[in-house]
Amino acid sequence: MKILLIEDDREAADYLEKALTEAGHTAHVAGDGETGFTLADGGEYDVLIVDRMLPRRDGLSVIAGLRARGTRTPVLILSALGEVDDRVTGLRAGGDDYLTKPFAFSELLARIEVLNRRAGTSDVETVYRAGDLELDRLSHTVRRAGREIGLQPREFRLLEYLMRHAGQVVTRTMLLENVWDYHFDPQTNVIDVHVSRLRGKIEKGFDKPLLHTIRGAGYMLKAG
Amino acid sequence: MKTTAARLSALYLLLFGACAVVLVVYMTSISSRIIAAQTRETIQEEMHGLGRAYERGGLPRLVRVMEQRARQPGANLYLIADPNGRILAGNVESLQPGILEIEGWTLRPFAYKRYGEPGLVRPPADNGAGAEADGDLHHTAMALVLRLPNGMILLVGRDLREPERFRDVVQRALILTLLIMGLGAFLIWYFVGRAALRRIDSISVASRRIMGGDLSGRLPVSGAGDEFDRLSENLNAMLTRIAALNEGLKQVSDNIAHDLKTPLARLRSRAETALAGRKKPAELRTALEATIAESDQLIRTFNAILMISRLEAGYSAESLAATDLAEIIGDVAELYEPVAEEAGVALETRMSGATKITGNRELLAQALSNIVDNAIKYSSGHAEKPRVLVTLEKSGGEVRVAVSDNGPGIPAEDHRRATERFVRLEASRSQPGSGLGLSLAKAVMTFHRGRLELADAGPGLEVAMIFPVREAAR
Repeated sequence: MKILLIEDDREAADYLEKALTEAGHTAHVAGDGETGFTLADGGEYDVLIVDRMLPRRDGLSVIAGLRARGTRTPVLILSALGEVDDRVTGLRAGGDDYLTKPFAFSELLARIEVLNRRAGTSDVETVYRAGDLELDRLSHTVRRAGREIGLQPREFRLLEYLMRHAGQVVTRTMLLENVWDYHFDPQTNVIDVHVSRLRGKIEKGFDKPLLHTIRGAGYMLKAG
Repeated sequence: MKTTAARLSALYLLLFGACAVVLVVYMTSISSRIIAAQTRETIQEEMHGLGRAYERGGLPRLVRVMEQRARQPGANLYLIADPNGRILAGNVESLQPGILEIEGWTLRPFAYKRYGEPGLVRPPADNGAGAEADGDLHHTAMALVLRLPNGMILLVGRDLREPERFRDVVQRALILTLLIMGLGAFLIWYFVGRAALRRIDSISVASRRIMGGDLSGRLPVSGAGDEFDRLSENLNAMLTRIAALNEGLKQVSDNIAHDLKTPLARLRSRAETALAGRKKPAELRTALEATIAESDQLIRTFNAILMISRLEAGYSAESLAATDLAEIIGDVAELYEPVAEEAGVALETRMSGATKITGNRELLAQALSNIVDNAIKYSSGHAEKPRVLVTLEKSGGEVRVAVSDNGPGIPAEDHRRATERFVRLEASRSQPGSGLGLSLAKAVMTFHRGRLELADAGPGLEVAMIFPVREAAR
């Protein structure tokens, strides 16, 4: 994946560049908004990571400018401003996802991978498959090896999200945001309990595990 | 004296003095003018009378009438002189020279000497010339001088001693009154004003001492219940509040020192231990993971503090929208249901239909989930059949979301303290958590113009989020 990182903090940018390269991506760094805008304008990147507060040109204005010129590259906004209002402003400016500083690198990585995939896949698909697990969005049914599994509505949405991003790391925060549509930080790790419950339903009585816990990051649905 | 009171007093004294002078001058001038007019009128009448006597009987009759009148005691002066100014008849012995030479009204009061007045006859003046300077012409008068057709001079005048005395009396009375008033004002200023000044001074001394750092100091209250007492009482109440806030701040910073410094120290020593000696990669990995987990907890605590501060500073009212409380309760219950089940706690909700308020869905959900989280944590393992009940009810102009558990509860005297920042009721601070859950919920409620109330659920604790009804709309 070709990633453009628009970030003025030299140290953070170096660290991210290195970590992204290690994760197998190509990362370029732009130190200010103007340079970032020029580089991203070509549309040759798969994902843009944009800091909100930048010298020469504000992050949100860079995104808005790119969107105005028809660039559809997915954008992840990085910011120290993490309130709901700030997120709304960021997403309205044309950002696709919002991550608050300080953040875990695994979170960032999971999010940009999901962003990149989303740009490729369409939501038209009605049936998701992972190994012998099958989820039908239209009939709201889940089958594994032909056997129907009964799920609560929320469990269904949880599985749907995991299956749509099968093979990708999905963090707890991403689940809370996308399945429950809340952005706060629950005190207890409530998401883990939901996931383990879902895991019980889709794996009980079957040999192969499907839902994998990725230490320090989150979960991944993967056949085999 | 560099005080407002002294400056004001001086200013008032000046104004008062100027007014007094103007008043005295005005009063005396007006009274002397009135008297002068009256005098002129009397003289005119006399002159008329004498004029008629002259017309009827000529000079002899005039002299007779005049002599008659002159014998009566009074302030009137009559005089007939020959064309050379020699006095022929009347009750005037001598008068200031030059008066008889000008016909008509004398321009100003003149001095004269009455005939045969006892005590007034000092060394006989030689027809008045130069007598004024000697001071033996004791009276002043004003007069009308008329030259008769035969060249004789007729003078009718009136003594001015009485009017002058009257004017003097008025003047003296006025001056005396004004002096008394001035003295009174001064005394009032001295005793009342000085007393007030002394109290202001004592207030300013006390406040200087308090500013110097002695927050326990209070301003003096005399007990008179006047403005100064009210001022002092208000300032004292303010000081008490400031002292309480200060105390709270100190406690918060102590708690921050504990809650943030402890994990920071742990973080540091963990990294240090990991670096020391030869560690296997797996051990290093575990140490690093623990470090990350620790810093995550720190970030969480920090976020909560920031959130509370932002809420207390007002947040943006734009983030408010029509929000369904029942939906939020449903969401939170659904979110926590598996957690409760794992902890062996029965989580129930009881509500009747949608209840819309103007609020922030995220904040309300976070506040409620903090409360539910606490309730599950405290009821679990404490009760035989641990249970958490979330209810939503509308009553008495309020919308009330109550979360009750049947755990150990909190003693009533600690209810208020429980919502304070960083306060954890067990002194050891050994239980996990930041101690910010309830304070965040309280801040969220304050932001929504509602309140957070803790009550005894007997057994257990009930935490209620109460929204005023004006916020609630069907």
